[in-house]
Amino acid sequence: MHAASAPLTKPGWLRELIAVWGYAQRNYYLTKRYVLWEVVWLVYTTMNALTIGFIGVGSGGSAEEIARLTTFLLIGSMVWSYLSMIFDLLSETVSWERWEGTIEYTFMSPASRVTQLLGMGVYAIVYGMARVIVMLIAISFFFDLSLGDANYLGAAGILAVCSVSLVGFGMVAAVMPLLSPEKGQQVTSIVTAVLLLISGIYYSIDVLPGWMQPLAYLSPVYYALDGIRETLLEGQTFGSQWDNIWPLLIMGAVFPPLGLWLFQRGEHYAKRTGRLKRAG
Amino acid sequence: MTLEKIQRAKHALELRNIDKRFKKGRKDYAYALKSVSLTLNRGEVVGILGPNGSGKSTLIRVISTLTLPDSGEVDVFGIDAVKHPKEVQRYMNRVSVEASFFKKLSSMENLIFGAKLYGVTDRESKPMIREILDGIGFDFTRVNEPMEHLSRGMQQKIALARALLTSPMLMLLDEPTTGLDPRSKKDVQELIRAIRADHESSILLCTHDMGEAEELCDRIGILLNGELIALDTAENLKRQHQVGDRPPTLEEVFMAATGTTLEEAEFENKDEKKAA
Repeated sequence: MHAASAPLTKPGWLRELIAVWGYAQRNYYLTKRYVLWEVVWLVYTTMNALTIGFIGVGSGGSAEEIARLTTFLLIGSMVWSYLSMIFDLLSETVSWERWEGTIEYTFMSPASRVTQLLGMGVYAIVYGMARVIVMLIAISFFFDLSLGDANYLGAAGILAVCSVSLVGFGMVAAVMPLLSPEKGQQVTSIVTAVLLLISGIYYSIDVLPGWMQPLAYLSPVYYALDGIRETLLEGQTFGSQWDNIWPLLIMGAVFPPLGLWLFQRGEHYAKRTGRLKRAG
Repeated sequence: MTLEKIQRAKHALELRNIDKRFKKGRKDYAYALKSVSLTLNRGEVVGILGPNGSGKSTLIRVISTLTLPDSGEVDVFGIDAVKHPKEVQRYMNRVSVEASFFKKLSSMENLIFGAKLYGVTDRESKPMIREILDGIGFDFTRVNEPMEHLSRGMQQKIALARALLTSPMLMLLDEPTTGLDPRSKKDVQELIRAIRADHESSILLCTHDMGEAEELCDRIGILLNGELIALDTAENLKRQHQVGDRPPTLEEVFMAATGTTLEEAEFENKDEKKAA
């Protein structure tokens, strides 16, 4: 046996880059190992999207109105499936490690928290995209969608901008299980539910009670959905969606550093109070 | 710069007056470590003996930057590990009593991931994994089986292999043989001996196994209720506590130093935990 000295002599940035790939690759390995559960969840979310699509089909009105409402609902369902996946993967970074019992090994490794969260974020985006493509193919067999004028490139651009802010939003939520192992996870589940309610996933936010509507403006999902619907249903350009893009850009610039700062404060607190331990 | 500093450092580890207490109730605190000071020389193996709840795991967590001490200094190869954790983390690794793995992933997948966290690529780690696993007598045909299919002893060997992949200059072993069957225990102890001989690592070994401490360690410390009440070679400890002609066993040294047997101390600690 001999010990290679390679990790001791590499520059810091290269080691961090290798670790980013390590986190993404580990998540791929886990997806592969839990493949049956992945199929189950994919079938479940696809069925859920179909169910919501059929609400549109059964709504009555002209064929054009039905196609438009069905497309409106399915865009909500697909975009929520993708964005909630990113948020969940990021926000569960800590609880997942705690549950598996690897939290101490990960937190004493030299890879930085930016690296860890970046690796999780990269995988969440790639995996979320792959799931949505499979869902889209499945759904396209069932409905006549109103996508004649759709600007797909514009929609993809808005989704990409929103993904960055959602990764940051997930980082903010990821700190909760560091502060309190069980309650933290409960809080992030509530945050997901609130995002679902206020972001106008299946309805316009105008139908929400007056006091609730301003909350939608705090959610990146609201701007993403509004912009994607405009580009897909109305054929609007990416540039014309500036009103939806600038809040996403601001959130994308604020949430990741804020999330990282909060995460580091949370880690310090957990190390001081001895909460950085496995559970289960 | 850091590597040069580390290579020049005289000691692998220096702890000075480490205090750590945890909140028990609203205004109540329990001391896990009380003014603990010790030095681990380069290439030395120091054992820390103590019952469950004596503070051994907290001590390892403080050194491995997982827990912040309330006061005191932790120097790893001359670098302040509390102020500069990132600088020291890549030079040390830890094997704990629980096998910290993704149980559904295979040994190979866990090892590749563990190595990457320390900046070791697949191309570098795969031949090393083969070499290390062959060296420790791990059946390589089982390397792609999920970890949960392996025995505790095999999992612990993989944990040691994972640490070796990162070329640690300081190894922290927190009860690595606890709960293993006698055969696996012997295998893991052999592996620790080999690590010491082949890797020039300095090792801090926490255990409550007297025989293990005596066989593997250059010096042995006794930790009781968070206090390091003795630290010396086994021979010196025995000499210090010798009464009459017959040199005492390490169990008798422990009893003389602490006023209790290891089993009694563990029983008391369990009772205290229950009461808390």
